[in-house]
Amino acid sequence: MTDRISKEDVAHVADLARLTLTDEELEAFTGQLADVLDHAADLAALDLDDVEPMTHPLPIHNVLRPDVVGETSDRAEVLACAPSVEDEQFRVPPVLGESP
Amino acid sequence: MSTPEGTTARVLASDIRSGARSARTVLEEHLEAIDAREGEINAFNLVLADEARAAADAVDARVAAGEDPGPLAGVPVALKDNMCTRGVPTTCSSRILEGWRPPYDATVVERLVAAGAVVVGKTNLDEFAMGSSTENSAFGVTRNPLDPTKVPGGSSGGSAAAVAAGFTPLALGSDTGGSIRQPAALCGVVGVKPTYGAVSRYGLVAFASSLDQIGPFSRTVADSALMLEVIGGHDRRDSTSIPEPAPDLSSVLDHGVEGLRIGVIEELSGDGLEGVADDVRARLHEAAAALEAAGATVATTSVPSTVYGLSAYYVVAPAEASSNLARYDGVRFGLRVDAPNAGDMNTATRTAGFGDEVKRRIMLGTYALSAGYYDAYYGKSQKVRTLILEDFARAYGEFDLLLSPTAPTTAFPIGEKTADPMTMYLNDVCTIPSNLAGHPSMSVPFGVGEDGMPVGVQVLAPASGEPTMFRAAKVLEAAAPDGHPAVGGTMVGSSAGVRHE
Amino acid sequence: MSDDATTEIVPGWETIIGLEVHAELATATKLFSDAPNRFGGEPNTYVDPVSLGLPGSLPVLNEQAVELAIRVGLSLHCRVQRSVFARKNYFYPDMPKDFQISQYDLPINEEGWMELADGRRVGIERAHLEEDTGKSTHVGGGGRIHEAGHSLVDYNRAGVPLIEIVGAPDLRSAEDARAYVSELRSILVAIGASDGKMEEGSMRVDCNVSVRPVGDAVLGTRCEIKNINSLRSLGRAIVYESRRQVDLITSGERVEQQTRHWNEDEGRTHKLRSKEEAYDYRYFPEPDLVPVDPSEEWIESVRAALPVLPRERRHRLAEAAGVDTATASLTVERGMDDLAVDAIGAGADPARVLVHVENNLADGAGALTATSFAALVAMEVGGDLTATQAKTVLATLVTDGGDPAAVATDLGFEAMDDGALESVVDDLIAAHPEDWVAFTSGDDKERKKKSGFFVGMVMKATNGQADGRAVNEILARRAEA
Repeated sequence: MTDRISKEDVAHVADLARLTLTDEELEAFTGQLADVLDHAADLAALDLDDVEPMTHPLPIHNVLRPDVVGETSDRAEVLACAPSVEDEQFRVPPVLGESP
Repeated sequence: MSTPEGTTARVLASDIRSGARSARTVLEEHLEAIDAREGEINAFNLVLADEARAAADAVDARVAAGEDPGPLAGVPVALKDNMCTRGVPTTCSSRILEGWRPPYDATVVERLVAAGAVVVGKTNLDEFAMGSSTENSAFGVTRNPLDPTKVPGGSSGGSAAAVAAGFTPLALGSDTGGSIRQPAALCGVVGVKPTYGAVSRYGLVAFASSLDQIGPFSRTVADSALMLEVIGGHDRRDSTSIPEPAPDLSSVLDHGVEGLRIGVIEELSGDGLEGVADDVRARLHEAAAALEAAGATVATTSVPSTVYGLSAYYVVAPAEASSNLARYDGVRFGLRVDAPNAGDMNTATRTAGFGDEVKRRIMLGTYALSAGYYDAYYGKSQKVRTLILEDFARAYGEFDLLLSPTAPTTAFPIGEKTADPMTMYLNDVCTIPSNLAGHPSMSVPFGVGEDGMPVGVQVLAPASGEPTMFRAAKVLEAAAPDGHPAVGGTMVGSSAGVRHE
Repeated sequence: MSDDATTEIVPGWETIIGLEVHAELATATKLFSDAPNRFGGEPNTYVDPVSLGLPGSLPVLNEQAVELAIRVGLSLHCRVQRSVFARKNYFYPDMPKDFQISQYDLPINEEGWMELADGRRVGIERAHLEEDTGKSTHVGGGGRIHEAGHSLVDYNRAGVPLIEIVGAPDLRSAEDARAYVSELRSILVAIGASDGKMEEGSMRVDCNVSVRPVGDAVLGTRCEIKNINSLRSLGRAIVYESRRQVDLITSGERVEQQTRHWNEDEGRTHKLRSKEEAYDYRYFPEPDLVPVDPSEEWIESVRAALPVLPRERRHRLAEAAGVDTATASLTVERGMDDLAVDAIGAGADPARVLVHVENNLADGAGALTATSFAALVAMEVGGDLTATQAKTVLATLVTDGGDPAAVATDLGFEAMDDGALESVVDDLIAAHPEDWVAFTSGDDKERKKKSGFFVGMVMKATNGQADGRAVNEILARRAEA
């Protein structure tokens, strides 16, 4: 199975998840995550090749909605929640790089 | 204070609708109860006294005008603070949503209000519903009303405490791995997780989408049934909503358990399961005996895959959560911590805004989904869910209902399990399988442990098996040992069963 | 070398191209919410909790988007199948949820093909549904991302339904690529799935390019090029990138698998990120949505309602006109194949019909009917009208309609009888003896020049009513005499 989660792994996923960790946190979290994943390692022993994954608890499909315009949000109410607004838009610091 | 019977939602609604009591008076009584002990218990993030008064007055006005405000007319209810209430702060007990006012109401809120209920406040929870003790809240811990040195359970600790303390007869919580049932057990109240899809998730701030369900807390089984009839049923705004109306529970509640076959889940109750305390196990056996005495056939049964439930849950739930919580990025709502560029702003905001448990689960979930690890963790865990479903199906071939403890122990002291996350996670071992399978289950108070704190017994049913489940719960409620706070009628403020340290 | 080279971009090297096209679907509402799918509104007015990704919001799938996706799949000869939505996770301010709901393992359409105008078939790997992002505008600095003071985000577009069509790497030139995009666009427009406007962003093209020495069987390492906003840019980008890759290889270096950004002003691509930096999207099935499994009935009803597609039109016209599909394609592109087929059916000479469409109907057929078109061509072929006169009559039929014979009479276009024409020619010969001598005894070059002179003079004298061919015939007879 997979190796125990390392500090590098934790630093990497923290980065992917847009979180900064202090050195102490990195140390502590690595140990804690490794414990949880060790627990999950008991799944590794199971032979599940012939088992289908369950992605939905309910046996329903084709839930569709008619293509009819409904209510839109009140812009003022929506923008009132925003940390920073300019020209009726959400203002953010510049993005480095293009969309992935 | 009113009599125990007079404090149930059913009776209150009935009295208010008939004009025998005024909604406003009922509300004021509950606000007094809140005033008396909320400082100590901290069940609420926000008490909406003025808004509630206006709502209660409106109910009374409708009654006076000869209208029927609905089946929950004037009943005070508390809402877990992860359900959107328009214009009212919905924080999920997180700094990252502190002060956020949603521009819309959750479907359950709309239905409650349409049924005449009076929303009294938003209750405390473990941040983003991640936890089993309500100690992960950014706004302070909630204390168990029966012993304030102890936790109320979690994540819906505030709602459980509100009902246990008599602040409201009804509350809503959410349950992803046991977050309604476990606090219900620890606080000595009824708590129900319905079938996945039975209650709309529209407006419930998502934790783990394929596991989350909203459900009721109440002091009586009948009240939870009433609540589910009001909030349940198809919602076209939730694609995972069962395309049926809410089932009628009230009319079958008293049908008893004669002839029902009930299986006690070996893997969750026997000596084999580490951590289930002797006193909890003893109450479970007494509950089984009570059901037998009422005409059910009770035997032990095996649902083998449940032993993998904890592992699978602590992969699937964090994985979905890591994706659901990505939207908290400081751009559109909530906290923003500024930085020279958007990416760093996201990072600074999330680092400052999320607590440790949330960060842990986000990282765990991100790891489980990441390139190279998906099959080993998320993929495998989703397969384990199928195994659990298959094992349950086999068991339900022989039994109508299943039984287990709700929580492995009674309420533990605040701070006892916070050092090691894994210790805390073990609280969910009995409740998790129902979430993984999408099945309904509920906790019914049944006696107390050696420490005098409540014990809950969990009744499990197959998908859409709520009617049968409630019948058994009703029998258990009637048969529960004396001296229990909920059934014995002991109210907040009375000395029996309450510890003040 | 020109940018439009249809032969090898670099001699000895083959360019392999596969295109990914995203098209906005023409629905009334967004893919997962009933907020309007409209262009050009005031910022943040076409939004709701779902399209803003607010906590607690949930997606609900638009039935019409599925209908259109099925139409696209069938038009591209794909297998339409049970499909599942998946989350593609990444952070970007224009992403309301910081994940995009798309399709990954199980897309709605797979394994199809498309026939280009010249008759070649290219593979379509898949065509799936996904939601669009919002739009960010950069403010301050030069208006470009790297110099911006800050960005403003408008979520009107967030959640608009897209169909992503992934083509197989079957294209071999810039021209192929443009032909692919044109054909795809005309299909999307014909079936009403999208308005396909590249310059407006309702159709976006990303291009995968690799090179290999001619004759090699193994595919080279490919690069993905983004930010192509027109057919012209597409061609230019392919040419640039092919040359860049060939240069790398021939100087001993390897082509790195990368995503690159096309800069139209500079005419070159820049590296965005490498494969190692390739984003880990952590795809997993969308738990808030259930699978979509269109029934056989639904698929067949969509199939039955499909309009005649460009490929079928080309084949139909080719057959009617006795030409190949490549020749028929211009008429089909102009949307005049119905007219042409009907005119031919009414007896018109196919070659003349196609020539008229190409040369004289560039702005459309207007009021021209198949019957009048056929009659006009008959008059022309029968010699009642010269080519020039026919063109004029045609123009009138387009603007005003009517019957060609009547129009010709109104315009004073009588056919000149031969006798009258011969006297005009004789008069001119007599009036220009030196030119006549030059014509009869000059070399080919001189003869041609003088023939043009005399034809021109005849045209002037007859107000353009003479038939140029007939004039040349008369001159030839006189010269022999």
